[in-house]
Amino acid sequence: MNVVVCGKVIPASTVTIEIDPNTKRMARKGVPHELDPAAASAVEEGLRLTEKQGGTVTLITMGTSDATIGIRNALAMGAASAVHILDDAVAGSDTLGTAKLLAAAIKKQEFDLVICATESSDSYSGIVPGQIAYFLGVPPVTFAKEIMVDGNQITIKRQSETGYDVVESTLPALVACSSGINEPRYPQLKGIMAAKKKEIKVYKAADLGLSPDEVGEKGAREKVLTIGRPAKRQAGKAVTDEGEGGKQIADFLAEIKVI
Amino acid sequence: MADTIWVYAEISEDKITTTTLEMLAKASEAGKAEAILLGPAPEDAVQTLAKYGASKIYHCADAVYTDYLTLPAAETVAGLIQQHSPAVMLFASSYSGRDLVANLSARLDCGAITDVGDFQLKDGSVEATIPALGASYQNTSTLVSQGTKLLVVRPKSFEPKVNEQPVSVEEISAASAEELRKVHMKERVVVKREGPSLEGAKIVISGGRGLKGEEQFAILKELADVLGGAVGASRAAVDAGWVPYAMQIGQTGKTVKPDVYFAVGISGAVQHLSGMKTSKYIVTINKDPEAPIFQYSDFGIVGDLFKVVPQLIEELKKRKGV
Repeated sequence: MNVVVCGKVIPASTVTIEIDPNTKRMARKGVPHELDPAAASAVEEGLRLTEKQGGTVTLITMGTSDATIGIRNALAMGAASAVHILDDAVAGSDTLGTAKLLAAAIKKQEFDLVICATESSDSYSGIVPGQIAYFLGVPPVTFAKEIMVDGNQITIKRQSETGYDVVESTLPALVACSSGINEPRYPQLKGIMAAKKKEIKVYKAADLGLSPDEVGEKGAREKVLTIGRPAKRQAGKAVTDEGEGGKQIADFLAEIKVI
Repeated sequence: MADTIWVYAEISEDKITTTTLEMLAKASEAGKAEAILLGPAPEDAVQTLAKYGASKIYHCADAVYTDYLTLPAAETVAGLIQQHSPAVMLFASSYSGRDLVANLSARLDCGAITDVGDFQLKDGSVEATIPALGASYQNTSTLVSQGTKLLVVRPKSFEPKVNEQPVSVEEISAASAEELRKVHMKERVVVKREGPSLEGAKIVISGGRGLKGEEQFAILKELADVLGGAVGASRAAVDAGWVPYAMQIGQTGKTVKPDVYFAVGISGAVQHLSGMKTSKYIVTINKDPEAPIFQYSDFGIVGDLFKVVPQLIEELKKRKGV
């Protein structure tokens, strides 16, 4: 079973992301990057399935040259190869443009299953996986907190408002997994060494049969009009606990008539 | 003529969801509200939608919409949109709402705006307000595609309003093609919870990285029991595997708006703030005085949560006389 994982490489969680007022995009250049933890979970899920069932994991990512570090990390975890959509023309893509690019890159691979994180840890729209599934013509199996594959049958436990749903479909399919589905492995030295020899294919939009008008800022349906900082809530009182902290909270709750 | 705004009605636990009613309130204010109701629904569903502002309801009670996820509903809604071209269609930022918008935005090649907190309609174009990167920025966005604008709306963005309308119901035929029956809902498992739901609770006690482990959530549960509240968590605690995703509060989890929100051992990452910052009162317990959460709290204690929380529980019990 061959698995394609779509994942993003994002500014490291230690970085405070600023918005560039001119482009209205996140200022991603020049800050340290890492494989999105949500993407690492998707890679981990792919590795676990292929370790049981045979086959390989291919990571597909779209991003600037800063993404290489995250791609190497996925390869060091055990992904067999990677595809990097690297093209200035794709900058400013909205969800739809991103999904078109990723779907076109996936179509160039042999796959039985596509695994995505439900949403990236830096922009959270959560609709790219479903859009990709539409473009691939495969069933979207989303919000998975557990994935089981048996032959060409796929069963997931899907998050729901009140618990979970057991949902079935058939391969080929796209699964979007929810955060915390697993604990991604740390790359070992052997994996890190092996990763250096693994192939990273680089595609431009044109290689994927997409014209610059369909992707990037030009092709985006969603246009950001303004960015700004909302008014901050007035910070209230904060006191250092000197042994009475719990009681002081109780006093506050009494003051606002909650108790 | 007023713009027509459609609301995709959702049902959970045999009731029209509150978010559906919230969207109807906004839709009636901004234009002429109509609703799409697919799948088996409680008897009073049509009545409820009308009571909260829907003047027309497109309805199909076929079970294909609940037995098979996303594809049948997307087929039906896409057909209706092409036929009637409403100015805007609103979906809740829920599991099924996001799945449906993903499919429709690709199929209609129109894109969508997610995480919408509010919107305005001007001459057929839509301007949506979105809290970006959690709540540290607020953006406005528009959709430049022609036709119906798809918006995914954050829960609790609007207040439901009773606005009884004379209603017409149009029965539509079910999506019946075999190829739409690809994602089968085999079983719905309700995980029993004690106490109020997170979304409905007047008091929410949330724990984050500072809790240091799964077992320690027990003291938050105890505090919640004393106060009649529910326990939530930050993404850090969920990602660490201490508590299930269903407890996650934040942009990617649930949005809550309780009377009192306790942020315990939570630093206040922007992604978390966007799920709780409209709470009436925010109480913070954190050992780091520099934690951003203090800027949002009404009352904060800088201290060790493992000392402060047990003392608070004891004090509350004492005052209640138990």
